[in-house]
Amino acid sequence: MKIHEYQAKELFRKYKIPVPEGGVAYSADEALGVAEKLATLPVVVKAQIHAGGRGKGGGVKPARSLKEVRSIAGEIIGMNLVTHQTGPGGQKVKKVLVEQGLNIDRELYLSVVPDRETATIVIMASEAGGMDIEAVAAETPEKIIRVHVDPLAGIQPFHCRRTAFGLNLSPAVMKAFNRMITDLYHLFVDYDCSLVEINPLVITKEETIIALDAKVNFDGNALFRHKDILAYRDLDEEDPLEVEASKFNLNYINMDGNVGNMVNGAGLAMATMDIIKQAGAEPANFLDVGGGANAEMVENGFRIILSDDKVKGILINIFGGILRCDILATGVVQAAKKIGVTVPIVIRMEGTNVEEGRKILAESGLNLITAVDLKDAAEKVASIVN
Amino acid sequence: MSIFADRNTRLLVQGITGNEGKFHTRQCIEYGTNVVAGVTPGKGGQKMDDVPVFDSVREAAVHTRANCSMIFVPPPFAADAILEALDAGIELIVAITEGIPVMDMMKVKNLLKHSGSRLIGPNCPGIITPGKAKIGIMPGNIHLPGGPVGVVSRSGTLTYEVVHQLTRQKLGQTTCIGIGGDPVNGTNFIDCLKAFEADPETRAIVMVGEIGGNAEEEAAAFIADHVSKPVVGFIAGLTAPPGRRMGHAGAIISGNSGTAQGKIAVMKEAGIHVCENLGELGEVCAEHF
Repeated sequence: MKIHEYQAKELFRKYKIPVPEGGVAYSADEALGVAEKLATLPVVVKAQIHAGGRGKGGGVKPARSLKEVRSIAGEIIGMNLVTHQTGPGGQKVKKVLVEQGLNIDRELYLSVVPDRETATIVIMASEAGGMDIEAVAAETPEKIIRVHVDPLAGIQPFHCRRTAFGLNLSPAVMKAFNRMITDLYHLFVDYDCSLVEINPLVITKEETIIALDAKVNFDGNALFRHKDILAYRDLDEEDPLEVEASKFNLNYINMDGNVGNMVNGAGLAMATMDIIKQAGAEPANFLDVGGGANAEMVENGFRIILSDDKVKGILINIFGGILRCDILATGVVQAAKKIGVTVPIVIRMEGTNVEEGRKILAESGLNLITAVDLKDAAEKVASIVN
Repeated sequence: MSIFADRNTRLLVQGITGNEGKFHTRQCIEYGTNVVAGVTPGKGGQKMDDVPVFDSVREAAVHTRANCSMIFVPPPFAADAILEALDAGIELIVAITEGIPVMDMMKVKNLLKHSGSRLIGPNCPGIITPGKAKIGIMPGNIHLPGGPVGVVSRSGTLTYEVVHQLTRQKLGQTTCIGIGGDPVNGTNFIDCLKAFEADPETRAIVMVGEIGGNAEEEAAAFIADHVSKPVVGFIAGLTAPPGRRMGHAGAIISGNSGTAQGKIAVMKEAGIHVCENLGELGEVCAEHF
């Protein structure tokens, strides 16, 4: 789960991690109010959307006067911000963060991430702050410091020292920096984060250290023990069909193509999308109704796919294991009759009780196209949409 | 022969009295697995069908000499269940549960390193040695006993699809293992490849991976250096968009890493016969095995 920068900074404040003074505003007037309260100029007006790359897209601008705060905030709020992470459609900006400007001396990069292969928590740092860290890692990997922390032992002072010396920090800021890493680590662990990132981390000319930006992502599997974080969810940042699917515990991701597809199991669902593409068509979605899907989940999945206007044909691929094909066929037929299907449907079923399942589909009176195997199914649905 | 599970497996089921635990325990018994005990704290002394239920894993292990545990405990309590099995010295722990927090699994994984137990999963279909023992939720009837193929996969139903195609080609399986779709898991590809390489009855291997992480890349390097048997590989997620979690918690492309294209290139380089179209996997195996 992702949250906004201003929300991440609220969490930082809770852990005494220094952030610039500032406040969130939903209109130009409110932005002006925040700036007046800050009583310092210049300030920075920052679009609050989940995607990264906001500065390059024109969503982060300095304001040198109160008048400018108002005009810039008015410009950014309501704009359709396009960044490399939003896709060409962009994301509508509904709020901005207004913050004090800083006297920047150095810009660093600092993050805490889990490392899946070693099952450790990694502190990543670099002197190349304020840049795309992926690019730094690809072009100049030697500029990135990685310190692995065993989650059973937790963070130790030497982890902090290694990071600090690696960044060539001056003695004046080292103590504050070490405290900051320790606090970040604890925030990461306490809240089951999947990423805590500060880019850039600023050392000011006054030799203070401040998190100019803040990004925090959470492990969706652990949200059951962080009810306070759920309040940070912003549905405006999510695809409406994905929001709808999440209500029924369906794994659904909206994509650009026109072949809707419904599959049981995530791996098989990905492979089904791939085979649609290999047959010359494009998947409209990823939809995993679960390895143990029931008729109700099939029905809800169906409804969500059909409410997507792009969809010109549907491929249902079910490998009946524990869930028998006859039960699934019944579910599909019921759902199709109830919802009223407007596009051709190709069904490929395999596994337990497949003959009974096929018979139910054939006798349903619905215009369902059955496929003998996966390849046949993909080719049939591709020829329909092309 | 087979790996990790066979007729000597004495299975206990943690979470045996829940709906899923009950259902799948019955399926395992029906397949012929020797289920000796169940564990549900507070329900010790009861029975699930003919299976005695105990309050703790240690107690169940002492009374029944169980050497393997299958876990159906819900995600908030699953890491604790794994650690309880570990503490009781259970040799093979198969965690079916989906949705365990990564932080919990990181701790479990670090404790596993210092134990004699093997963990399969979590978020996996389990392990089956066709005709001998089924420890998991996979449909037993699609499998063909006797080998020669060993199957290892990060997925559930995708593995069933692969096994089904193998069976249709009359290619039997020695053991099929689902290592799970989570970012942090117990047994990995390399553990399974090592065991398949050492198993005389396994004469060919199918490895099914997906986007996210670099387990397939590491496995490919291992295969190039240490595996003499033919390997057919498949990677799901060629069309997956970056930055999105594709159902499995571990199936996510971060930046430029973990892409299907990258994995396939590395696997081909390592001499693995990569099948890029799932519809043709059975035929590709028949050709190479």
